[in-house]
Amino acid sequence: MPTVSMTVNGKAVSADVEARTLLVQYIRDHIGLTGTHIGCDTSQCGACVVHVNGKSVKSCTTLAVQAEGADVTTIEGLATGGELHPMQAAFKENHGLQCGFCTPGMVMSAVDLANNMKNLDEATIREQLDGNICRCTGYHNIVKSIKDGASRMGG
Amino acid sequence: MRRKEDYRFLTGNGNYTDDISVFGQTYASFVRSPHAHAKINGINTSAAAAAEGVVAVLTGEELAADGVGPLICGWNIAGKNGVEAHNSPVHHALAIGKVNYVGDHVAVVIAETQAQAQAGAEMVEVDYEELPAVVGTGSAWNNATQIHEEAPANLCYDWEIGDAAATDAAFAAAAHVTTIDIVNNRLIPNAMEPRACLAEFNQGTGDWTLHVTSQNPHVHRLVMSAFNGVAPEHKLRVIAPDVGGGFGSKIFIYAEEVVCTWATRKVGRPIKWTAQRSESFLCDAHGRDHVSKAELALDADGKFLGLRVNTKANLGAYLSTFASAVPTYMYATLLAGTYTTPAIYCDVQGVFTNTAPVDAYRGAGRPEATYLLERVVETAAREMNIDPADLRRRNYIQTDAFPYQTPVVHQYDIGDYGASLDKACDMADVAGFAARRSESEANGKRRGLGYSSYIEACGIAPSAAVGALGGGVGLWESADIRFNATGSVTVMTGTHNHGQGHETAFAQVVSDKLGIPIENVEVVEGDTDKGPFGMGTYGSRSIAVGGSAIIKAADKIIDKGKKIAAHCLEAAEDDIEYDGGNFTVAGTDKVMNIAEIAFAAYVPHNYPEGVEPGLHEQAFYDPLNFSFPAGVHICEVEVDPTTGETEIVRYTAVDDFGTIINPMIVEGQVHGGIGQGVGQAMLEAANYDENGQLVTGSYMDYTMPRADNLPSFDVGTTSTPSPLNPLGVKGAGEAGAIASPPAVINAITDACGGAMIDMPATQEKVWQACQAAE
Repeated sequence: MPTVSMTVNGKAVSADVEARTLLVQYIRDHIGLTGTHIGCDTSQCGACVVHVNGKSVKSCTTLAVQAEGADVTTIEGLATGGELHPMQAAFKENHGLQCGFCTPGMVMSAVDLANNMKNLDEATIREQLDGNICRCTGYHNIVKSIKDGASRMGG
Repeated sequence: MRRKEDYRFLTGNGNYTDDISVFGQTYASFVRSPHAHAKINGINTSAAAAAEGVVAVLTGEELAADGVGPLICGWNIAGKNGVEAHNSPVHHALAIGKVNYVGDHVAVVIAETQAQAQAGAEMVEVDYEELPAVVGTGSAWNNATQIHEEAPANLCYDWEIGDAAATDAAFAAAAHVTTIDIVNNRLIPNAMEPRACLAEFNQGTGDWTLHVTSQNPHVHRLVMSAFNGVAPEHKLRVIAPDVGGGFGSKIFIYAEEVVCTWATRKVGRPIKWTAQRSESFLCDAHGRDHVSKAELALDADGKFLGLRVNTKANLGAYLSTFASAVPTYMYATLLAGTYTTPAIYCDVQGVFTNTAPVDAYRGAGRPEATYLLERVVETAAREMNIDPADLRRRNYIQTDAFPYQTPVVHQYDIGDYGASLDKACDMADVAGFAARRSESEANGKRRGLGYSSYIEACGIAPSAAVGALGGGVGLWESADIRFNATGSVTVMTGTHNHGQGHETAFAQVVSDKLGIPIENVEVVEGDTDKGPFGMGTYGSRSIAVGGSAIIKAADKIIDKGKKIAAHCLEAAEDDIEYDGGNFTVAGTDKVMNIAEIAFAAYVPHNYPEGVEPGLHEQAFYDPLNFSFPAGVHICEVEVDPTTGETEIVRYTAVDDFGTIINPMIVEGQVHGGIGQGVGQAMLEAANYDENGQLVTGSYMDYTMPRADNLPSFDVGTTSTPSPLNPLGVKGAGEAGAIASPPAVINAITDACGGAMIDMPATQEKVWQACQAAE
């Protein structure tokens, strides 16, 4: 079994895993961070989105060994010292979540989106959110949250 | 008020069933039928049992040998002509001798790792003998193939409601009759959290603990002990931790949790099972799936005289937990809608097919009723050349007519349907629609406007009434308010949040009523060992029934507080007044706040004689009636006739939910419901091929609404508080999913020249309709 090492939320981690282990399984089952979720088996729903070297990826479609040596951020690594990241705060303020299951992936995708595109309008946010499925909110408040969060992030 | 529960969800600290692991746990993988209908001539488990990491391979024979009872349906539907019981085929949690749908449970493999369990499941050899499959909803009844011995002609029931003779007479006197054939498309609920369970048996105490994705953990415990017999009720603890959406699909008691709870004792290890999404598609109870004919009789002025409906309802291969009630008492009792139609008759044939069981999905029967009614009304308006809003207005039940008895069971308590219509027309700028349509047409586009005037019955219901209609359970709710000595409060109720914000809304109710800061109120649900027995969350019942139980318990707290205050303040109990957490002696400045009362109750040194120490009260509330949220949704679409591409350019919702506790949460519920309803109207369909294979079994094939399929919504309210519960609330969870499909289809058909288009109105169907119109 290969030993896979990486940095997760600023901490060096290492685990012996089967070569076929997915990054999401590594994060959930080996590192014990269960905030990253598995909502489908076809890489469609986006509940598993994390950042690898600053870019959002679907961790259900990435092998753990592909992230060897990488700098990984999960939803648990976003808030600092108990204070919500501006995007998390915007989701709370705008009721951008209901059951909370898609939320970690939504927030991670939203942060990456806001980092990469400025002056986000509604149509762009909706288009860019194509890889994340939510069944609760009808997206109305998610779109509002991302607009607000992006502006809180200075975008 | 922002939500108390959000911090944990936003920081990855939610605690869903699959997030929980225990020492020594094994993993279950189910062997599922690849055939829609087949005999099982034999199951060879030896290769799987010998595979690496496999702990056990168990089949239906072993389940039955241990006396585990079949899965049940909790609602009996009596049929036409004095038939007392519906046909209820035996539903083994693991199939014995025969499989009846693709995904049906054949065996379970338990192994050290998930991968080993899956590999083991693939090594179980099942000798199937394929049989012809029955798939179509409209063709199941009297099909040449009979699926179950217990269900001749594949019929579960042939049921009726209303007065057939009076309805026939209304049609005989009609100036105009509108007839439509209408399909309510089959849907797959798709809560984002797949179902899961973790079952453990403690050898020392003889107790079971089951973590499960459930909307109603007490109901799970009751059914699993009383009917499946896997554990005695007092030895089984059912915990539903954070639940990632349900929409009905997590009400039901499924094979997987029954099997894992039975097997954990048998193998002596904890067992975890988590559905893969492809399993959710195959085996979560599906929703809707009606084929109907509707006829509306009108007089020359457009007054509705009678409504006649026949519906074939697909129940799937077996009866799921509440399946039988959905196309009957949850459906046909809503066919009066918001109108004064004096004569209604509906008959329903519930049929079995070789497809996944069908049960309640957001709205459960009421979306089917609303879609049928609002489509036939819209069609009648077009045929008679009457403005559709005007036609509805002419037929509304007027505000002075309440309580209003419909011809189909329900007595509506209160409402003002005209007010919702007026407000919706105003918000949607219906007056400016003609100009917008002209502008679209000038650009080569078509534009349409669609109305939906809906009513729903929520907060199910007086237990005795449910019992009289065949229901097997009581539908009250419980609440337990426990003051701590320091003045903070723990509130427990038998409802269970799965996204609706109970931790916030119920805390607001308690904070307002008892005058305690909201941060000092903790709401606890979802654990049969913590909270009192309760019936769970579905049918938009939690605030109307659970909230009322909380108010009742709070009243008991206040009553006891008055006795304590009277003693401590040296006054007569009748002179104590209560307001906002303060107990005051009338006409004086002598006061004790509720935290002081709580302290006195737990440290009863100066305390009234004969009063028990402690401040902890429980209440059970059985509703007096359903509640009846109603409203008007208006959808406006623009269609490109050259491509069939349809855009919702404006969506307006005006809902009357009575009193609203938290407007932000209620609006969120409406948004989400509309999202699902637009999904049904334009995108979603569970399709089986003629062999009973599910061809929409993943997110690659089943079109879930995504952010760019939906617009933002304009949401408003009107309010006629319910006189029948202490909060005046009605429930808001399902309205959006009930109201929106007909609003969307009425708009699309309006844009496309009025011809019938079945849901989902895909680009191709819309293009065809536009071609026909031009």
